[in-house]
Amino acid sequence: MNTDRVDLSILSERPSSLAMPRGRVIGAYLQEMRSEIVRYVRNPGFVLPTMLFPTVFYLMFGVFMASKNSADASRYLLAAYGTFGVMAPGLFGFGVSLAMERETGLLTLKRALPMPPFAYLLGKMVMAMLISAGVLTLLVILATTLGHVSLTAAQVATLYATNVPGVLPFCALGLFIGTLVKGQAAPALINLVYLPMAFLSGLWFPVTALPKAVQMFAPLLPSYHLNALALDAVGIFKVAALPHVLFLATFTALVSWIAARRLRRIG
Amino acid sequence: MRTEQGVLARLTQASKSYGKVRALDGVDLQLRGGELLALLGPNGAGKTTAIGLLLGLLRADAGAVELFGQDPQAIDARRHIGVMLQDAALPPTLRVGELIRLVASYYPAPRSVAESAELAGVSDLLKRPYGKLSGGQQRRVQFALALCGRPKLLFLDEPTVGMDIDARRRLWEAIRHLVAEGNGVVLTTHYLEEAEALADRVCVMARGKVISEGSVDALRARIAMKRVRCTTRFTPEEVAQWPGVAEATRDGDRLCIATETAEAIVRRLLAADPDLAALEVRAAGLAEAFTELTRDDNVASLQEAA
Repeated sequence: MNTDRVDLSILSERPSSLAMPRGRVIGAYLQEMRSEIVRYVRNPGFVLPTMLFPTVFYLMFGVFMASKNSADASRYLLAAYGTFGVMAPGLFGFGVSLAMERETGLLTLKRALPMPPFAYLLGKMVMAMLISAGVLTLLVILATTLGHVSLTAAQVATLYATNVPGVLPFCALGLFIGTLVKGQAAPALINLVYLPMAFLSGLWFPVTALPKAVQMFAPLLPSYHLNALALDAVGIFKVAALPHVLFLATFTALVSWIAARRLRRIG
Repeated sequence: MRTEQGVLARLTQASKSYGKVRALDGVDLQLRGGELLALLGPNGAGKTTAIGLLLGLLRADAGAVELFGQDPQAIDARRHIGVMLQDAALPPTLRVGELIRLVASYYPAPRSVAESAELAGVSDLLKRPYGKLSGGQQRRVQFALALCGRPKLLFLDEPTVGMDIDARRRLWEAIRHLVAEGNGVVLTTHYLEEAEALADRVCVMARGKVISEGSVDALRARIAMKRVRCTTRFTPEEVAQWPGVAEATRDGDRLCIATETAEAIVRRLLAADPDLAALEVRAAGLAEAFTELTRDDNVASLQEAA
């Protein structure tokens, strides 16, 4: 037996020194997050429409048209367009990018590499939360300046605390849609979910203004519950937060679980 | 796992079906350190499925899959491998250096960005966005990503597609270097020249089975066919009538004959044509051997023999 052979046999063992130190695992999560953020910041084609779409809507309907009618309309629509704005980064950020990355093979490569299991999703989640914080910031600035809505610091803080984690149920839903279709089919399907959902949860007209048969659907939608919390945050009316939070948390957990199962099976 | 020397990964009687299609049918395969295994076969032969099982992307319906003695879906096992897949579109807006840093972060003791880039020949591209690179440059970056984690086993799927000859030679150099260091490499390629230049062992697959496994020379030796080339007054049509001639074609001013009885053909040619010149007799290359092996009737007879 020559020395080369001995060397090679050592290769098939797993020396303990090669265990992944915890610090490096955390480092991998951070790198993944950073890459996810950097790649989208350099791709304004996704970030700008997602941020400007709800902002322009609010400017038209919530500021210019609403302030003539009543002072509270701007306040009401701040919550509604906030919810509307938070849905997009979750649905599109997860749904479209997952559908694309499934088609282009990037997801396959990442699954083959020793990427920590949740780094991929966590990176996208952080990105979605940052965009929703960005949308909210634009809306709050418009509301308090042009819209003459007076908000206390506590109200603004509550709104952020509601809407930033509030993107997560939509991330889960986007993830699920991303497992259903591949590539370019995703944006169309997501719009089919996004716009009717916004309408049915009373983001454009209060739910009570909708036909009775349609009103029944509202409590089944995460956007309805998030909007209720947002309306509470800006002081339109008081709600008991717990049932809404519970619904959103359960929805997120259940839909992510279904999506993760599908993802493991279909890849 | 020390059952066999240097075995880093193995398939044991692995099978995988997609619906009614049996993509992999009882395949045994061993990957060793210090060795480059070329996995060859026509499209649909089961190469991708075999690799998918070893990478943990797919689950075997039957049989065992082992990567460093573990289930390939265990992340610990995959921390010893590097991967270059045929079609994986990396984020176009990320710079080359950022991509290497990201992938290196998945491994316990990676190479530095500079070293990885140097080995793959992309040192001058570190600041460039991935999407702005040519196809060949992108392949080199993907190679840098495959080796940045100091893997003991590399999976390279068609690594030199889109590369010019110079870049291909440089990549071959780097692969040889990694094998010499004691690492294992699995190479799937359509360029038989590449397998011939690099492989210690060649495994030919067809219809979900391994139909031949051995060194490049051993594989060539399975094919008795020889190539005879010369300049002669005979036309291909005339020679094609001779007994023992499988095929006769013209290549420029030369006549090319494929035959299993080269000696008899050469004797007859020399006797009949005193002006014959530029005579050359060659064993079949890997390309001929491969074509011969994977012809449908051969696959059937080999499978019966096995």
